[in-house]
Amino acid sequence: MNIISTHNLTKYYGKARGIIDLNLNVREGEIFGFIGPNGAGKSTTIRTLLGLIKPTSGSARIFDMDIVSEKEAILSRIGYMPSEAMFYSGMKVSDIIGMSASMHKKDCRIKAKELCDRLQLDIKKKVDELSLGNRKKVSIVCALQHDPMLCILDEPTSGLDPLMQKEFFTILKERHKEGATIFLSSHVLSEISRYCSRAAIIREGRLIASDTVEALSAGTNARRVTLNGTTEAPRIDGVKDVVPGDDSVSFLFQGNIQELLSELSTLPLKDLTITEPDLEEIFMHFYQNEVNVL
Amino acid sequence: MTILNQELKRGKLSLLIWTLSIGFMVFICMMMFPEMKGKTDSVSDMFSSMGSFTAAFGMDKISLGEIMGFYGIECGNILGLGGAFFAGLLGISALANEEKNHTAEFLLTHPVSRTRVVFEKLASIITQLFLMNIVIILISVISFAAIGEELPLKEFALLHFAYFLLQFQISAVCFGISAFIRRGNLGIGLGLAAVFYFLNLIANISEQADFLKYITPFSYADSAGILSEVSLDPSYILPGMVCALLGIGLAFYHYDRKDIAG
Repeated sequence: MNIISTHNLTKYYGKARGIIDLNLNVREGEIFGFIGPNGAGKSTTIRTLLGLIKPTSGSARIFDMDIVSEKEAILSRIGYMPSEAMFYSGMKVSDIIGMSASMHKKDCRIKAKELCDRLQLDIKKKVDELSLGNRKKVSIVCALQHDPMLCILDEPTSGLDPLMQKEFFTILKERHKEGATIFLSSHVLSEISRYCSRAAIIREGRLIASDTVEALSAGTNARRVTLNGTTEAPRIDGVKDVVPGDDSVSFLFQGNIQELLSELSTLPLKDLTITEPDLEEIFMHFYQNEVNVL
Repeated sequence: MTILNQELKRGKLSLLIWTLSIGFMVFICMMMFPEMKGKTDSVSDMFSSMGSFTAAFGMDKISLGEIMGFYGIECGNILGLGGAFFAGLLGISALANEEKNHTAEFLLTHPVSRTRVVFEKLASIITQLFLMNIVIILISVISFAAIGEELPLKEFALLHFAYFLLQFQISAVCFGISAFIRRGNLGIGLGLAAVFYFLNLIANISEQADFLKYITPFSYADSAGILSEVSLDPSYILPGMVCALLGIGLAFYHYDRKDIAG
């Protein structure tokens, strides 16, 4: 069953592009990654799904309910963590967490305390005194204390130190084991590769790929080739992203492998590695070369 | 009622400062009355012979030498203008501040409808205005007792009811504007209150500008008119309340449909 499904979801801000004809499906119980550079439309997609902005055209359903007409019912089962959490000036952390629970009409004190302890969050502090990382922690507690069935997280780890990032993902995986679906928007690709089963890539408002993380990595026949003993890449078609080193050169190759091998045989090589590119390179590849695999 | 409670909690300090400032000034002003009373004739003559200014402040209709005339003009201006400023600030910041301070995203991603948000914000404005007026009325009653003057109940009640309506109208119009703007602009709230105040002064001076009385709420909260007639003028109140309801209606209509800025 799809937890999130969008049908030609489009949002324009006046004439400015937000997202165009987005068809996205997130299945129940998966950790889904949503990848794209800044300004690609990640936040617009999330803000539309949450009802903060109205779609220009198209539709979307969450828990099989319409995002416009059944917004409150959907929001009661969602935990949302914005990329930049802002709270009411002058309020204490405990007040914010209490206010969030109260709007969910739930007593979440036990769960909130557990989360605050694990994240080492001082609930007596005023929100104005908090660093970005600590504001993120407040946001995590507000997003997870009511045991949501869908967590929508917009660049959740920015501002968190590595130890807290680890703890955050541990908490998230526990929530996932309890049956929640996780929608994780990020431009940190290592996060997506490590934690997500499926992912979608968005660029300039359009979805350009949506598949399992393995398939996305293998979806292109590009290879990362590193040569030792020369600093010049072969001058043949399909060589991109050339990175010269001291006595080496590395490049991305997508072309005729026979042609590459015969070209390599003429070079004074000391060593050679050919690897599959990681998701980050795939992403750069999609983004820079405007390959459309859908 | 979570939003209402939070609004009241957050607005507590500002409400306290405005209420006590206005109350304190009203009290101090009242303490000056006994001295004024002794010089009734000369002061009244002076104030009633300033031409347009006499008319502007309604001093051609009521006397500064009488307690209600003094209260209506002196204290009426303090409470009228001060209350209008506070009402304007409350109204203009209610919805727009959520976007200005980027808290709208936090608030509206919870399972509360926008209609509910608008309703509770409006309730918080009306509650705060109500509380402010109650405290100021109490301070006024105490000040009457302090200078040993009798309180004419009907005139006093009518005057304060008119001020409450005036504050309600200004806050409601600003509340409507607040739903449309993204960056809370306190200047709009203060400016609107000031413009309304001066429109009434102009309308009092010139008969040709009489139509302005249908625009500004200060016309029905004009102490000179209320005290000389001992009644409120519904022909000014009615258009005012229509404007207020229009502002509130617009806020409900537009806020439910608007895109919330990130």
